[in-house]
Amino acid sequence: MRTPIFIFWEVVVGAALYLLFRRYGNDYLFFAGYTVLQFIVLGTAWNILGGYCGYVNFGTAGFFALGAYSSVFFYNIGQSLDDIMPEKLLAPMQSIFPLPVPILIVIAGAVAGLIGLGTGYLTLRLRGVFFAIATLALAVVLQTLVVNWDFVGGSRGAYVIPPEKIPVFGPYIQFLFVMMLILVIVSLTVARLIERSRLGFGFATIRDDEMAAEASGVPTLKLKLIATVVSGALMGMAGATFPFYIGYVEPDSAFNLSYAVNAIAMPMIGGTTSWVGPLIGAILLGTLQQVATVTISSALNLLIVGLLLIGFVIVAPSGIVGLWQKWLSKGPKP
Amino acid sequence: MSAPLLQVNQVSKHFGGFVALDNIDLAVAEGERVGLIGPNGSGKSTLVNCICGTLRNDTGSVTFAGEKIDDLIAHQRTRRGLARSFQLPRPFHSMTLADNLRIPLLYTVRAREGMLHAHADLGTRCRELLDMVGLAAKAHQMPRDLTQVEMRKLELARAMAAEPKLLIADESMAGLSHSEIEEILALLLRLNEHGITIILIEHIMSAVMSFSQRLVVLVSGRKIADGKPDEVIKDQDVIGAYLGA
Amino acid sequence: MEFSLLINAIIAGLLLGAFYAAVTAGVSISFGMLDIVNIAHPGFIILGSYIAYIVNSRLGIDPIVVSIAALPFFYLLGTAVYQIYYVSFEKFGQESLRGLAFFFGLLFVTEVCLLLIFGVDYRSVNAAYIGPSLHLGQMEFPLRLLVPCFVSLAMFAALQIFLSRTFIGRAVMAVSQDPTALRLMAVDPTRIKRIAFGISIATASMAGAFLIIIQPVIPSVGRDYIGRIFAICVLGGLGSLPGALIAALLLGVIESITSVFYGPSWAPAVSFGILLLTLAVRPSGLLGR
Repeated sequence: MRTPIFIFWEVVVGAALYLLFRRYGNDYLFFAGYTVLQFIVLGTAWNILGGYCGYVNFGTAGFFALGAYSSVFFYNIGQSLDDIMPEKLLAPMQSIFPLPVPILIVIAGAVAGLIGLGTGYLTLRLRGVFFAIATLALAVVLQTLVVNWDFVGGSRGAYVIPPEKIPVFGPYIQFLFVMMLILVIVSLTVARLIERSRLGFGFATIRDDEMAAEASGVPTLKLKLIATVVSGALMGMAGATFPFYIGYVEPDSAFNLSYAVNAIAMPMIGGTTSWVGPLIGAILLGTLQQVATVTISSALNLLIVGLLLIGFVIVAPSGIVGLWQKWLSKGPKP
Repeated sequence: MSAPLLQVNQVSKHFGGFVALDNIDLAVAEGERVGLIGPNGSGKSTLVNCICGTLRNDTGSVTFAGEKIDDLIAHQRTRRGLARSFQLPRPFHSMTLADNLRIPLLYTVRAREGMLHAHADLGTRCRELLDMVGLAAKAHQMPRDLTQVEMRKLELARAMAAEPKLLIADESMAGLSHSEIEEILALLLRLNEHGITIILIEHIMSAVMSFSQRLVVLVSGRKIADGKPDEVIKDQDVIGAYLGA
Repeated sequence: MEFSLLINAIIAGLLLGAFYAAVTAGVSISFGMLDIVNIAHPGFIILGSYIAYIVNSRLGIDPIVVSIAALPFFYLLGTAVYQIYYVSFEKFGQESLRGLAFFFGLLFVTEVCLLLIFGVDYRSVNAAYIGPSLHLGQMEFPLRLLVPCFVSLAMFAALQIFLSRTFIGRAVMAVSQDPTALRLMAVDPTRIKRIAFGISIATASMAGAFLIIIQPVIPSVGRDYIGRIFAICVLGGLGSLPGALIAALLLGVIESITSVFYGPSWAPAVSFGILLLTLAVRPSGLLGR
């Protein structure tokens, strides 16, 4: 199906979901739904570099937190205009700040994308393994920087107080839900577009055999950089609304390792070769975790995710999508 | 005399203390058919890797079509017209045979010509190439379903798909039956008649002898012979290298 | 006053560095020589810490003694993990993505399990040498750093001798570079790799005991060490134990000085910063192949 039609159907499904929740649900459904949607974006973003190109990113939390703290930064500027802006700029700045959420999302994407570009440029010429470790290093370095930066709260954390209500949507959480829904549409569309394009073919050759790819004329470094930038930018965008969702941002929660594990587990369980995989994985695991965190402990819930990741990686490496394809090709029994 | 298409000048390559290539000089004229032989481990594949950019030579220079290409990455050299098959086949496992050939078409030929071929054209070209190596029937199968021999043919087809000026065929004929060898030789000769310069690396002496206009012998990283095939095989050093070692 | 602060920071750094070398030894083997990216290694180290803690708090036995007694258990654990890794991934040549995901999952699961069992309270051990320090003029040698330092160096030396003097040790060093040669000598490369991986995890047992002697421990502490381990491996050059030792000492000193003069909250960035820098500038490390 052609892309514009795909987008149309995405919007239809998304709108239906929203209206359904609004009619029959309560605030909790929106809060939980937001988390699952966030996981879809993170998983899809991870998969563009991890599943399509074969380069593992352990630092999802770093890119995510980068987006979150970029929002905190601009929010804090908006809150302290009187203190930091010179006289002449005060009036114009007051009309710009506070920056609307969509702008924050775009800025977050740009920042995260740039950092992805920088990290990639430094490490993508080495083996995939070193890139993976470097992404872990990046997350820790970023966390350390944030912890030592008082303007965004440092280790004490930062409070972000969103408005209670907002025109059109009503409760603010519904607005955030719709923002995340839009990000889901964007990330799924981007992933699907890449998959079906020359770029996607190139990504696959990098995953299959980088040396042969180069020999066939594929500019592997350039493609890897593109994947890293797109992937990082999407993760940053997913993080941009996090402060407004949670109200209080501190490094341990923003940089939490569970983001890294989930971003890897969801595509690997759902299936890494297509955009459908992270979607399925995120919906399944995300919902499972929402249920588990409420009924059992959140630590046990993470344990289950970890065990599922190991299990699928060993037994069903092509994920649920792969299992389904295998089941399909076996055909009906006579 | 026009300048050679490929000029390898005093190229050396070492891995730690091990000298894989020792000051190799090699000139290949446009349209030539050169055979490259030597015992296992003599550095043939390392030389190919240095020419094609998979490895960077430590000393010396590699010039192709008048341009020094030492600083170019592999894919840039491929786009300039240098293609090679790998001695141990390295197909793209997650795609069909046809798609394997699509890659060089998309990334080398298209990049060179700057034109956008419609997908249908690419599909036809892929089937053409597969037909040339006798794999047309398996166009929609996956590399894992191929025999070793078929994988070598795919390797060759993929190198051909890049529409090179110089094609380096690295042991494409290992394991082939006599008639299959004849087929591949005929194919390479046809390519050569169309103007493609070919370096053939092989252990199958009959094939190399009948195909090459010039024979180069590598032993322990050093070139010990370079000349007409009939003369080279009579060379004492060459005989010694093959029988003695 | 500044001078004595500096000297003691350097001393602490060197002592810590020797400990870091012990922590890294295992990964030097698994990653440097076997090409297996075992980022779950810190998880095994923390496991060693907790085992030392349990036995020490129940029976009062010295943690280092406990860790030596636990060596066979860790060795077997290592061979089991390798077997799973080999059967699932290495055999089919798909190590990179799935292998990394596997070990990452393992690290995570180990940490969460320990969290569920032991909770978030810091645990420490009791031993005669935790607390007192040796004083030589202005120089201070905390015994809780000194003792692990000596035992670390001893363990390191033992490993180096094993690798260079024994048949199996040399086979381990050869296995990633020339498995064919090994097969010609009727040695099964898989068996050698399994033994080597087992040894690599066994080192985690002792490193774990050192860790809990040096500092109180909670399950997430392991992750702080991922950066240090890989920074040391890369800086020292993969596959070189002596290189790892030098890099470890260097890292220890830089971290210590940073911590003393700029505050401990910057310490985690040091190792990872060094790692990123090395990868960008000289990926083969100081003594790498």
